[in-house]
Amino acid sequence: MNAVKFLFAAYIATWVIHGVYLGSLVRRFGKLRRELRDVGKK
Amino acid sequence: MKRLFPILAGLTAIFLAYALYLALVVAPTDAQQGEVYRIIYYHVPSAWTAFLLFFINFIASIQYLVNRKPSTKAAARWVVLVIGVVGVIACFLPQVQAMLPAGMRPSAVATTVLLIPLFYFLIGWLFPEDRLDVLAVTTAEVGVVFCTIVLVTGPIWARPVWGIWWAPGDIRLTSTLVLWLIYVSYLVLRRFSNSAQTQMLAAALAVFGALDVPLVYFSIWFFRTQHPQPVIGGGGSMDPRMLHVLVISWMAFLCFAFLVCWSRFRLELLHREVEEAHAMESLEGGVAAKASLPLNRSPR
Repeated sequence: MNAVKFLFAAYIATWVIHGVYLGSLVRRFGKLRRELRDVGKK
Repeated sequence: MKRLFPILAGLTAIFLAYALYLALVVAPTDAQQGEVYRIIYYHVPSAWTAFLLFFINFIASIQYLVNRKPSTKAAARWVVLVIGVVGVIACFLPQVQAMLPAGMRPSAVATTVLLIPLFYFLIGWLFPEDRLDVLAVTTAEVGVVFCTIVLVTGPIWARPVWGIWWAPGDIRLTSTLVLWLIYVSYLVLRRFSNSAQTQMLAAALAVFGALDVPLVYFSIWFFRTQHPQPVIGGGGSMDPRMLHVLVISWMAFLCFAFLVCWSRFRLELLHREVEEAHAMESLEGGVAAKASLPLNRSPR
């Protein structure tokens, strides 16, 4: 039963890592779009 | 294209949920390890996906390097073709088969060798020369994410099964960690170096880094290791129902990796577009400043 904790820990860790990476992609997309818009305005 | 991405993302989410259902509910419980063995359905597909992405990075980096000169480009094509043909033939020669470690199937080695020309020509056909470097950085970054998952889920699995989180000195574990460090240093180089040679240096580093991938994969056969034998193409054996779920799970992760790579590829293109816009802006600023000099002087 105790080993099931490790199973869920591994699955949760996988999706946390993917989630953090996807979040960083979204953040970088937003930053670059803003930057491009600012350069266009100038 | 903009409409296609959300559709594919939705389908991939359904596929991943189905793979999760198969992994947790349908796949039979392992007689020795119990439920915890189900980590295999995330650990192994992540490792295979990371290896595939590093392999694509290797091919894209080689193409980026050889495409700088037309003569090396043509020579590289022939070298890759010869590697493919000779490699596959060699795998079926009795002398070469005798050198292969016990449990390693010649057909598996031949298939791996055949992937080199296949991917080389496929990537060369799909991606124009100015996109090869974009592909390289994309696959390296997404590959590092999948490799991180391997390095995190591995110890979580090892703790209940081996009784330890990490086996110090174990070649499989150490070489995987080294592989991760090489690609992290590749990304750090690309992030913080502004030299005109950065892309070429990164491509050269990627070529050497990729040499660690076969070491990681084949370390199980050539060295004594705590890590179990591979489930495909090697000495390990697996219940067909478990293998079926494992393959489905890998397919789902491949679809997910494809979408993530697609997004990262677009991000890199946008990044280059912003850099070009900044360069144009500073160029126009410089031209305007130069143009304004005579005007400033004219009243004098």
